[in-house]
Amino acid sequence: MRLDQRTPDATDLAALRAVSAARWRVAISLTIGMMVVYFGFILLVAFRKALLGTQIIDGLSLGMLLGALVIVVAWVLTWVYVRWANRHYDASLRSLRQ
Amino acid sequence: MTTALGEPNLVAIAFFVLFIVMSLAITVWASRRTRTADHFYTAGKSVTAWQNGLALAGDYMSAASFLGIAGLVALSGFDGLIYSIGFLVGWPIVTFLIAEPLRNMGRYTFVDVVAARLSPRPIRIAASCGSLSVVAFYLIAQMVGAGNLVHLLFGMRYEMAVIIVGVVMLAYVLFGGMMATTWVQIIKAVLLLGGATVLALLVLARFHFNPLVLFSEAAGRYGANVLAPGRQVTDPIDAVSLGLALMLGTAGLPHILMRFYTVKDAQTARTSVGYATAIIGFFYLLTFILGFGAMVIVGRDAITQVDAGGNMAAPLLAEAVGGTPFLGFISAVAFATILAVVAGLALSGAATLSHDLWVNVVRDGHAEEREQLRVARTATIALAIVAITLGIAFKGQNVAYMVGLAFAIAASANFPALVLSIFWKRLTTAGAQASMIVGTVSTLALIYLSPTIQTDMLKHAAVFPLRNPGIVSIPLSFLVAIVISLAFPVADEQRRFAELERRVHLGADT
Repeated sequence: MRLDQRTPDATDLAALRAVSAARWRVAISLTIGMMVVYFGFILLVAFRKALLGTQIIDGLSLGMLLGALVIVVAWVLTWVYVRWANRHYDASLRSLRQ
Repeated sequence: MTTALGEPNLVAIAFFVLFIVMSLAITVWASRRTRTADHFYTAGKSVTAWQNGLALAGDYMSAASFLGIAGLVALSGFDGLIYSIGFLVGWPIVTFLIAEPLRNMGRYTFVDVVAARLSPRPIRIAASCGSLSVVAFYLIAQMVGAGNLVHLLFGMRYEMAVIIVGVVMLAYVLFGGMMATTWVQIIKAVLLLGGATVLALLVLARFHFNPLVLFSEAAGRYGANVLAPGRQVTDPIDAVSLGLALMLGTAGLPHILMRFYTVKDAQTARTSVGYATAIIGFFYLLTFILGFGAMVIVGRDAITQVDAGGNMAAPLLAEAVGGTPFLGFISAVAFATILAVVAGLALSGAATLSHDLWVNVVRDGHAEEREQLRVARTATIALAIVAITLGIAFKGQNVAYMVGLAFAIAASANFPALVLSIFWKRLTTAGAQASMIVGTVSTLALIYLSPTIQTDMLKHAAVFPLRNPGIVSIPLSFLVAIVISLAFPVADEQRRFAELERRVHLGADT
């Protein structure tokens, strides 16, 4: 008999809900982080053009530095999520399966 | 500057023929393994994380991003980079919210996920409208791009180029299904990344391997403004609206979402999208170098002389730093890129027509394996004919806005319904259906009323002030779903959400 066809008892369901809540808490925090960084950048582009044009050192404007940093932030947040999921989320899923 | 661009280039033709021969050989090999619908749509779920990461990147890095963004940066500096960044930031969102539940809850298309706990028929019909609109506009942009590109690169006739792209793509998808399409994407991704990296290194070699020397040279020649936001960002709200559509549209592109079904489980899907994000981010960082490199080494006048839109900036740069053979190589890579993206789009369109509409709506889920495969292949042929016809019909039209339009529809029609069906218990069939229809229709209507169509094409005042409808159409689509679901709650659909809670995390087979 397949597991998803049996009626899950109350402890099973509570455990599943806890894993689910933890997973979405991490995912949604990271999503909000990415959106804040990206839309922060877009709003600066839209409203603070002169500021972004300032050259910090010769050849590097603040805008280009921040733009490259948005890409780096995207990398870092993705890495954080994949690492968290590989370590913690997968372990919780394994225990749920048993 | 004299250029060999537009003349038959032996190296380009040799590389291109080599790519076609290799990819067709793979298609022949894959066709022996494509016996079931499962193989046709998902390559038998046998794709590894690395392979899928490359294939996702291959599907996403279209000629528009390679030639288009390099050209945009070369001609307008910083403003072009807004696209580079916007095209990447959707990928973390796909990783965090979409990839794993999608893999766990669906089978062949993202529509499976929305239909999982709602009434399948109405959902599939509504979702197919959004899905097919995205595929159609993306396809038109690619086909017209292919025609122009091949004409500019090799001097071949526009119609001829469109027909070649259509026929070769048809061969990949028809015989090799997802297996062939995936390998074509992988090869193309490696060629594109390799070519762009070598090109960037050749450029940097002239500036002591220091990008800042290059940027400073660009600022010295064309003014410090090239390093700052400029003319492209005249309306702040439009900039935010474009940003929203680029970010959320990525998470609603059917041909990208379909790739998560080609791996064995959700964990592999997660790892593969991590690789894809790394690869795509690296590629878009390279566009900084390529764009400014073309600006300084080739020069703006020489670029606009060949193509006013700047699309030839990267090939011209390749010729300037690597001579005619390197121009040939980069041209062949650009053509291969278009072929691969068109194949991915056609496969996803065929999946919508056959799996979502024929098998699950017309046949109500009861179709034999052989029938499914036959319908999928018939749909592929139909799509190839449509793609070639549209490609020729839109000859000479400005279709640059159509990629943006495809992203806007994906963000407004597909993304809200998909996210709400994963996260929100109270979502109902009527709510999801209305959201998908309103998302598609409002995006199309707002684009029609925008300055892009009204002012640029029809030459009169625009009713809607923004060029990018996302800031209106995306919230509207969410709002419609929420209001209708709350106004007409369906207890049974909420109960089924609880049943699926386990599947979101653990998949269908545990």
